[in-house]
Amino acid sequence: MKTRFVLLLSAAVGMCGHLVAQVTFDRLLNAAKEPQNWLTYSGTMASNRYTQLNQIAPANVANLELQWVFQARSLEKFEATPLVVDGIMYTVQAPNDVVALDAATGRVFWTWSYIPSPETRVCCGRVNRGLAILGDTLYMGTVDAHLVAIDARNGKPLWDKKVGRAEAGYSLMHAPLIVKDKVIIGIAGGEYGIRGFIAAFDAKTGKEAWKFNTVAEPGEPGGDSWKNDAWKTGGGSIWVTGSYDPELNLTYWGVGNPAPDWNGDSRPGDNLYTDCVVALDADTGKLKWYYQFSPHDEFDYDSVQVPVLADVDWQGKPRKIMYWANRNGVFYALDRTSGQFLMGKPFVDVNWMNGFDEKGRPMRVPGKVPSLEGTLIYPGNQGGTNWYSPSFSPSTGFFYIPTWAGYASIYVKATDEYKEGNQYAGGTPRSPVPFSRSSQNYRKEDEGYGSIRALDPKTGERKWEFKMSDITEGGILTTASDLLFTGGREGYFLALDARKGRLLWKASLGGAISAGPISYSMGGKQYISISAGNSLFTFALRQ
Amino acid sequence: MWFLKTSLLLLAAAPVLAQHSFTPGDVQDGERLYLANCAVCHGPDGNMVPGTDLSHGRFRRTTTDAGLVEIIQKGIPGTAMPPHTLTEFRSVTIVAFLRSLAETAQTASAPGDKANGKAIFEGKGNCQSCHRVAATGSRLGPDLTDIGANRRAVEIERSLLVPDAEILPQNRFIHVVGKDGTTITGRLLNQDAFTVQLMDPKERLVSLQKSNLKEFSFVEKSPMPSYQGKLTPTEVSDVVSYLVSLKGIEKQ
Repeated sequence: MKTRFVLLLSAAVGMCGHLVAQVTFDRLLNAAKEPQNWLTYSGTMASNRYTQLNQIAPANVANLELQWVFQARSLEKFEATPLVVDGIMYTVQAPNDVVALDAATGRVFWTWSYIPSPETRVCCGRVNRGLAILGDTLYMGTVDAHLVAIDARNGKPLWDKKVGRAEAGYSLMHAPLIVKDKVIIGIAGGEYGIRGFIAAFDAKTGKEAWKFNTVAEPGEPGGDSWKNDAWKTGGGSIWVTGSYDPELNLTYWGVGNPAPDWNGDSRPGDNLYTDCVVALDADTGKLKWYYQFSPHDEFDYDSVQVPVLADVDWQGKPRKIMYWANRNGVFYALDRTSGQFLMGKPFVDVNWMNGFDEKGRPMRVPGKVPSLEGTLIYPGNQGGTNWYSPSFSPSTGFFYIPTWAGYASIYVKATDEYKEGNQYAGGTPRSPVPFSRSSQNYRKEDEGYGSIRALDPKTGERKWEFKMSDITEGGILTTASDLLFTGGREGYFLALDARKGRLLWKASLGGAISAGPISYSMGGKQYISISAGNSLFTFALRQ
Repeated sequence: MWFLKTSLLLLAAAPVLAQHSFTPGDVQDGERLYLANCAVCHGPDGNMVPGTDLSHGRFRRTTTDAGLVEIIQKGIPGTAMPPHTLTEFRSVTIVAFLRSLAETAQTASAPGDKANGKAIFEGKGNCQSCHRVAATGSRLGPDLTDIGANRRAVEIERSLLVPDAEILPQNRFIHVVGKDGTTITGRLLNQDAFTVQLMDPKERLVSLQKSNLKEFSFVEKSPMPSYQGKLTPTEVSDVVSYLVSLKGIEKQ
C-alpha cells in the first residue's frame, strides 16, 4: 500500500520520484550502472568522469538550453563538483555551505552553513571541491581542516572531527572518498610547510581508522629521502580526490609538492612521497607501492590530479592501468597492480627532463633548476595541467587533458625560514608574459594558451587539440554519445565532438569555469551541470 | 520630501532611544541579534557565563541602556567580552531584548531532572515520532539537537504546553492536493511562484510544480500535541531541562 501511494503521487502530482534509497557502498562501487545519478566526485571509483547517458548527442547538442541557475552567495571560485542522488543535488557554496537542491529546478531544499575558524590559512582561495555520500550522510572537508558529517535529508551536522591545525595552514579542499565504512581524505597546506597525510575515518563516528604520512619521517620507509629536519615541514598536500580498485582493495592518491616549493636546498633527496601516486591498502592505509613523477621537485609540480583507472588491452594483454597527465607536463601509463612504469611521454613543451631510465625515473636536464637570477622552465608553475579533472572515454579510447600549452615560468629561488602559519615557498616563479586575472586578454598564442588535448593513451600520441585563447581551469566530462563538455577561463561552456575535437555548441556563462561538468537524468531527461564564476548552470535539450 | 523622510526616521528611532520604552519589534530584532552575536557565550537565557546573569535586569557594571550599549560596542577590556561592530541602533535592540528577558519568567516551574526528561522524551512523551536529537528520531518536526543553544527555557516550555502559541516560519506545515486528489501534508522547505519544496511524512525531500496542484494551503495549527495535562508539571520541567541541555554536536 505504501509503495502504491508513492507511485500514485509521483505520477499524479508530477513530483520528481525521489525514492528514499540509501546510498550503500555497493551503489558507489557500481555507480556506472546508475548513470541517472552522480554519486562521487569523479562519477565512479575509476574516476574517468564519463557518463553512460547518451540522450544528448552530437546531432542534437545544438538544442541545449538553460534549465536553471543556482547563484551561490559567495564570491569565491565555485570549484565544487555536485553530487546527484535520486533527484536531489548536493553541492558546496564556498567556503563550506552545504546546499541541497531539486535537480530539476535548482530550488533549494536546505542549506547548512559551516563557519570556518578566523585562523584559516589557505594559499589559493577559500574553496571546496565537493562532497561524498554514504547512506544518508554527506561528508565535507572544511577550509579550517575539519571533516564534517551532515544528514543528507535535513542538513543537520552529525559529527565534526578536527583533522589538522588551521592556524598552521592545514586545510581540507577536496571531496572525500568513501571506501566501505570509511571516509578517506587528505590534508592540504603545502605552501605553509605542513606535513601532509591521508587518513581514513569511521563513517558513523568520525573516529580515525588509519593515517598515512605523505612525508616519510626517519625510520619509516622513504624516511631517508629527506635530510635534516626537513620532513617536519615537508608539504605533501592532497588537493583532489583519490580512486579505488575494489579487486585490489587499493586506494590511489596523488601527493602534492614538497615544501618549500621553489628551493630544495634545505631538503636534499627525493622527498618521498611528495609528487607521487601512492597505492594504499584501503583497510589499513599501508603503502603497497608508489611511483614518484618528479623526484626532488622545485617547480611546484605536485601530483594534484585524479588517478584515472582503466582496464584495457595493453600491448595485447588485458591489464589494470592507471593513466595520469601530470602537472610536470608528462603523460604516464602505470600498472596499477604493481606501480610499474609502462610509459611516459610529454603532452606539452617540457625542458626539465629529457627521458626516463629503465625504472621510469625522469632524467634531468643539467642546469634546469631554480636559480637566484631565474631559470626558464617548461611547463610553468601551474603545470601542463593541474587539479582540473581529465576524462577517459572507454567509447573513443582517448584520454582528454585540460592543458596549459606552450607555457613557461622563470623560477627564482630564495631562502625562507619556516614560521608556523606563514607561507613557506622558497622564492617565486615569474611568468615571461603574466596571465591576466582581469577580464581582458592580450596574449599571443606562442606565449601559452589553454586547450583540450586528446591523446591515444596507449601511445601518448596526440589525436586532436581544441584551442582556447585564455587558459583553462575547467574539468572534462565525456559521454557515451561521444560528446565532450568543458570550459575555461573565458567563461565559455563548450560541447566538442570527442572523436574529432570539433566545436558543436557553446554558451557564454560570464565567469571563469573552474570545475568539472557532470551529467544526470530525471524523468527521462538528461541534464548537464557546470559551475562558472559564482553560479551553477544546468542545461538540457529544448522540449 | 527630505523633511518627510527625516520625520519618519525620527519617529522610528524615538522608541528605541528612550529608556525602557521598547516595542515588541525591537525585542524581536534584538533577540535575533542576541542569538547571532551573544548566545554563543552567554547562552539563549543569558546565564551561561559564570558570574554573569543577563536575564534578570541586574547588571554589574551599568544600569543604563546607554551603558549597556557601550559595553556591547566596546567590550570590557581585560575580560573575555569582546567589542562588536554593531551599530548603536542594533545594539539598542539587543538591550531591548535583555530588558525583556527580565520581564519574562524563565520557566513556570523549577529546574528539572534532565535524565528523567530524556527518558520521557524518548519514552512516554513519544517526542521522537516527530523530533530528532543526535541522529535518532523523525526529521519531520524541528531537529532539536541544538535547541538549547537557540531557544530559551521559557519558549521551550511554552511550545510543550501551548504548541500553537508560536510556530516559527521555518517550521510551517503545508497541505497540498494533486489534481488527481492525492494529498500530502509535510513541512514547507521552500517555494516560489511555480514550485514548492517540502519534506513529506516519510522524510523525503519533494519538489512539486504548483501547476500540478489543485490545492495548496498552510496548516495553521501546530502538528504538535499539547502536553498540558498529559505530563505532570514536574515531568514538563524535566523535559524542558533536558532540551535546554541540548547544545548541538560537540567538535571532536
